[in-house]
Amino acid sequence: MNQRGLSRILQALRTPVGIVASAGLLLVIVLAIAAPFIWSGDASRIDILHTSQGASHAHWLGTDALGRDIFYRVLVATRLSVFLAVLAAAIGAAVGIPIGAVPAIVGGPVGRLVTGFINLAVAFPALLVAIFVASIIGVGAHGAVIGIAVAIAPYYARLSQTLSSSVAGSEYLAAARMLGVKRVRLLTRHVLPNIAEPLLITSTISIGDALLSLAGLSFLGLGVQPPQYDWGRMLNEGLNRIYVNPEVALGPAVAITLGALTFALFGEVLAKAAGAGGARRWLRGELAEADAASVRAGVGSTEPAGRAGAGLAGAGATDLVLAVENLTVSFPGGAVPVRDVSLRIEPGEIVGIVGESGSGKTLTAMAIADLLPAAAHLSASRLCLFGEDPRALSTSQRRRLLGRSLAVVYQDPMSALNPALRVGRQVGEVAEVHQGSSKREALGSAVDRLRAVHIGSPESRARQYPHEFSGGMRQRAVIAMGLMAEPKLIVADEPTTALDVTVQQQILRLLRDVSVSRSAAAILISHDVAVVSQLCSRVVVMYAGRVVEELDVGTLVDGPAHPYTAALVAAVPTMASDRERPLASIPGRAPTPFDDLPGCPFAPRCPRASDLCRAQMPPLEQRSPTHRAACWHPMPAGADIVEEVAV
Amino acid sequence: MRFGNGRRRLTAVDGVDLDLPEAATLGIVGESGSGKSTLARALVGLVPIASGDVFLDGDRLPTARDGRVVDRRRRIQMIFQDPFASLNPRMTVGEAIGEALTVRGGAGRGVRGAEVARHLDLVHLDPQLAERMPSGLSGGQRQRVAIARALAARPEVLIADEITSSLDVSVQSAVLNLMRELSRELGISTIFVSHNLATVRYLSDRIAVMYLGRVVEVGRTDPVVSAPQHPYTRALLYAVPSLGGSVPADLELGDPPDPHAPPPGCHFHPRCPVGPRTRPDRQVCIERDPREGAEDRPHCAYCHFASSDAVHQAEERVHVARDR
Repeated sequence: MNQRGLSRILQALRTPVGIVASAGLLLVIVLAIAAPFIWSGDASRIDILHTSQGASHAHWLGTDALGRDIFYRVLVATRLSVFLAVLAAAIGAAVGIPIGAVPAIVGGPVGRLVTGFINLAVAFPALLVAIFVASIIGVGAHGAVIGIAVAIAPYYARLSQTLSSSVAGSEYLAAARMLGVKRVRLLTRHVLPNIAEPLLITSTISIGDALLSLAGLSFLGLGVQPPQYDWGRMLNEGLNRIYVNPEVALGPAVAITLGALTFALFGEVLAKAAGAGGARRWLRGELAEADAASVRAGVGSTEPAGRAGAGLAGAGATDLVLAVENLTVSFPGGAVPVRDVSLRIEPGEIVGIVGESGSGKTLTAMAIADLLPAAAHLSASRLCLFGEDPRALSTSQRRRLLGRSLAVVYQDPMSALNPALRVGRQVGEVAEVHQGSSKREALGSAVDRLRAVHIGSPESRARQYPHEFSGGMRQRAVIAMGLMAEPKLIVADEPTTALDVTVQQQILRLLRDVSVSRSAAAILISHDVAVVSQLCSRVVVMYAGRVVEELDVGTLVDGPAHPYTAALVAAVPTMASDRERPLASIPGRAPTPFDDLPGCPFAPRCPRASDLCRAQMPPLEQRSPTHRAACWHPMPAGADIVEEVAV
Repeated sequence: MRFGNGRRRLTAVDGVDLDLPEAATLGIVGESGSGKSTLARALVGLVPIASGDVFLDGDRLPTARDGRVVDRRRRIQMIFQDPFASLNPRMTVGEAIGEALTVRGGAGRGVRGAEVARHLDLVHLDPQLAERMPSGLSGGQRQRVAIARALAARPEVLIADEITSSLDVSVQSAVLNLMRELSRELGISTIFVSHNLATVRYLSDRIAVMYLGRVVEVGRTDPVVSAPQHPYTRALLYAVPSLGGSVPADLELGDPPDPHAPPPGCHFHPRCPVGPRTRPDRQVCIERDPREGAEDRPHCAYCHFASSDAVHQAEERVHVARDR
């Protein structure tokens, strides 16, 4: 288990459940190991004078038929009970898991045979199988253990089969097969290590089950035989007197229950630790770094704010569709994916935001649209949308403002529409909610809008469900949804990335036509510079959460000033790329939202970086009325970045 | 290498005949539903073939009882699209590459470390990465490890299935440069499958354009790109976004077809800008399958009007090539 897994487990153990579970497990283990050494004598001392007595000061749980103290016997019996349970679970796992993994490797008729056999075995009631096998083998501990093992092996096999079938479909297994790796090695090196975690958890929980089952068998007289004794045996012996001295049976019963519960609880804790990995990992960061980062971000933001404010020309504040200054989005744990972003959009303008993954472009748009995740914290010295500050409005006012004037188009057309509702109904929902239309009116408007986005036979299409639409049509339906009110701003987040290139152009054209016909502004977010340059008049380039350049398309084509923009443009092969020359590429990796370097975020990868770049953040400076760049050594116009950056 | 695949219940790949010359790169380009990935997977035996053969250096590769191609000597290797799924998360980089070496044979324990380092160097990765687990690597690095692993098996043919589609732009170019370098220096024959025409054009010596399971046009890269014979190829070229260009006028292609029910005759005719939809006299597109007689046409184009339309497209070529 690697470092991160260990830390996850430790963290899970610190919860109240975790503490209880680990305390219980520790107690059980200590008793199992130590109790026989300490209390063996007490447990087996025969006292004929005090047989079959109830609880008393000398004997807390009473005595059995031979006068032996039951309390000490319960403690000493821990070892045998736990040992047998672990043994049964282990044998069951050792047999069941490899059998279950076979269909993933072998496939074909043999695999199907094994699968059928497992299904058959699972169908039998486990306890009956255990009793059956134990009876055949003969009374005694070994019979009981083998019986339980045989009974639970099919469940392990079933689980193992399910887990390994997901591995079987994975690409790394396909790659290993293609390499010619032998089947046995495929099993041991590829399948089993990747299904180990859930199986380990199941095993821990099933030890508790085995404990219960073994106690049951011993209780029935099939399991442990005298002179050996485990909890089940003691329960058997004590049950005769349950109406007279209930504590005699209570002792072993409580022990069985607590023992089984402890293992089950510990297994749950492990499961929680395993599940906690993914999402939280992104937000968690070292506390010290987070503190330092927030201090630096606070200090660094004052200077560029002044510059940006002074540099921007243009319309008066209230005319703008959007005016944002010093927008910063942060998450608890120290991630700051959007830092100090300022943006202005005039009515009817189409602006593109370009950046790679991790640049913060999507979160910027989501911040504007009030669609940030709940954990996110937004701060901005100025946030003015449609002439109002959404932060100053009440929730319902804000919803009304955004619902009427903002339209959002998402990247994945598959998940943007509710698969359970008809398209017409979904598209018309905006009218029902924000314009008070009746269902019929809303549907009529929806059909109208579907027609406006060039969906053929809109009346019948409106009655269909999303799965009957193609990807391009779904995107168009989403755009139609945005057109229901009169949007003043359309935010399109990678609207064509998931679509084929021929469909892509149709959607882009539609966005442009919609923007022009309704005088709506639009923000087009994409990692594809070419797409953005086709549709937008102005392009904002983001890197590591900051705006590094803002320029119009002409300048983008002729000669961007920021080396990152130039490298981004040069790195993409076009139909005119010289096939004899290598493409420009950018070495290294982009900073993560947790990193906060003192200087320019691009400096580690920039061919033009100097010590100044690494020490001090360049401000976003105005180079012309339509061009701003944050760079200490901007590129001269017409320079060829390929010379400087090529691999 | 030569392959010709056949029909299946849902005809994912329909009568494809392709040649891969030695030490050359063949690019297969098409949109979703074109069958290009299915074709790639069939070649490595991940997907069964209904009919047809695969020849490698003149040897016919046998097919197992379930229809999968069996490449006993592992001469064809594949690199997948998703760099996060193609490496075993529980094996270090060195172990993954070492496994490929072990299977190929000839690398004893002592030599293996050096061989792993050599392969990492071949893909421009720091040899110290051999100790790391895939979760600690970036997408571009993982993809390079996948390439190194495929190379360790000393394949004669390398199939790259959309290997750059999941990567960031700045990383894509590094991987493309690497592929170009490897194919030129090591002389491996490569099949590069992608939906991105510009990328395919950059890397390939020959291009095959696929639509609905068929190769509608194939030929050397420059002629196909500068003088496309099939209307679909022309539409694809037209749709490639160019930096600073304007959004092209609507070709009115309509919606993509249902692969379960391909149109009769030419599969492209319901969407063809110069087909029976716009020119009613071209009924032959609906009546006769343009596969007949394709070998005689330039670029083996699946179009009845290939060479005659090409002349009329001369003026449009200026727009189609879309050079800056």
